[in-house]
Amino acid sequence: MIRVVLPYHLRTLARVEGEVELTIEGPPTVRTVLEALESQYPSLRGTIRDHGTLKRRPFIRFFACKEDLSHESPDTPLPDAIVNGAEPFMIIGAIAGG
Amino acid sequence: MSRIRVLVGTRKGAFILTADGQREQWEVTGPLFAGWEMYHLKGSPSAPERIYASQTSGWFGQQVQRSDDGGKTWEQVGNQFHYEGTPGTHQWYDGTQHPWEFKRIWHLEPSLTEPDTVYAGAEDAALFKSGDGGKSWQEIPGLRSAKGNLWQPGAGGMAVHTILLDPANANRIFVAISAAGVFRTDDAGQTWKPANRGLKSPYELPDPDAEVGHCVHRIAMHRSRPEVLFMQKHWDVMRSDNAGDSWTEVSDNLPSDFGFPIDVHAHEPETIYVVPIKSDSEHFPPDGKLRVYRSRTGGNEWEALTKGLPQENCYVNVLRDAMAVDSLDPCGIYFGTTGGQVYASADSGDTWKTIVRDLPAVLSVEVQTLP
Repeated sequence: MIRVVLPYHLRTLARVEGEVELTIEGPPTVRTVLEALESQYPSLRGTIRDHGTLKRRPFIRFFACKEDLSHESPDTPLPDAIVNGAEPFMIIGAIAGG
Repeated sequence: MSRIRVLVGTRKGAFILTADGQREQWEVTGPLFAGWEMYHLKGSPSAPERIYASQTSGWFGQQVQRSDDGGKTWEQVGNQFHYEGTPGTHQWYDGTQHPWEFKRIWHLEPSLTEPDTVYAGAEDAALFKSGDGGKSWQEIPGLRSAKGNLWQPGAGGMAVHTILLDPANANRIFVAISAAGVFRTDDAGQTWKPANRGLKSPYELPDPDAEVGHCVHRIAMHRSRPEVLFMQKHWDVMRSDNAGDSWTEVSDNLPSDFGFPIDVHAHEPETIYVVPIKSDSEHFPPDGKLRVYRSRTGGNEWEALTKGLPQENCYVNVLRDAMAVDSLDPCGIYFGTTGGQVYASADSGDTWKTIVRDLPAVLSVEVQTLP
């Protein structure tokens, strides 16, 4: 079970409170986490990555275990602490005057 | 007794203001979608409990929300807006070419007759249509074929901000784009032609009389005379008596002919309203006085409407989609400001009251007159 922290506005769109928990099929990566997230919460499609290109939206960042994974390949394996649920995978709205 | 529902989009959420036909006591509901930029909300003329809303964010992109119970509950519908074919390029601020990129929906225009049909005006400028209540969207690509490579963004971006559906001719639609101008289709969107003859933009375009490129801020029509159009351009208030084939200036005695919104009285097709703004460099009212100007002659002869509006130290703006009229008699006029005030007049503009005064900056105001 992978824990995901969403920014406030995406929690309201998905109508969830607190963290969400995802079961990942295949090797846990940023890509498979996002696929599972969008599958479980279709209202988030297009909000984190572009509908067509699947590229991360410019003001979204991915943090895990105090590391910034935003610019890693989406197929890079996630750290063990994320995979075993010890730490959450964090989807962050960039600090940009908001 | 009739009821009034005012739909207000702001920089940080949406608000719904309701009153009975007296329009004296108002109930304020909101914020809805708190923290999101709510560019525009508009109800379906043929099914007034259906309301479409454009919800947008620089972080999380575009959402479209739909209510089927007058705004009590909302359903997130489709948010995929893809340009048809290869998007191509348009002119950038410095005159170079720049790729077309979808940013947000500025304006939603529900069909006059079909509740499931709605048009969406996009930045970067394009027109989209949904026939399934907003679940899916298709571009009407013929619009961008009307010399789209020469369109350019204004200070607020390059967007389709006005969509007028001709109530007498289902095949005719007008759109206005900053900074491209007015465009008209007579075949339900297949082909479009620029409708900008008579516009002059000596400070914005190398050729002041260019066929496209004009910074049209807003156009309006009265439903009884859809061939007569009124325009607030970047500078100049204009009118057309031939469906946009040609335009003449009717600014005359306005204190400034710069501004954003323009609207038409519900029962008097020659009575129009503008809010003069000092200049494009100073986006606030002349002399710190917030004045709506009314012409009862379709332009050229203007009177200031000031009763109930601040007449000193007022430095707000009124954006292009932030004025609307109801259809009661006497006609109600409404507008919102970047300072968060929503003003209403229940007597065609003679006197004004503040419905609410401390909202986030108001982006849009629409009014529904309900039975």
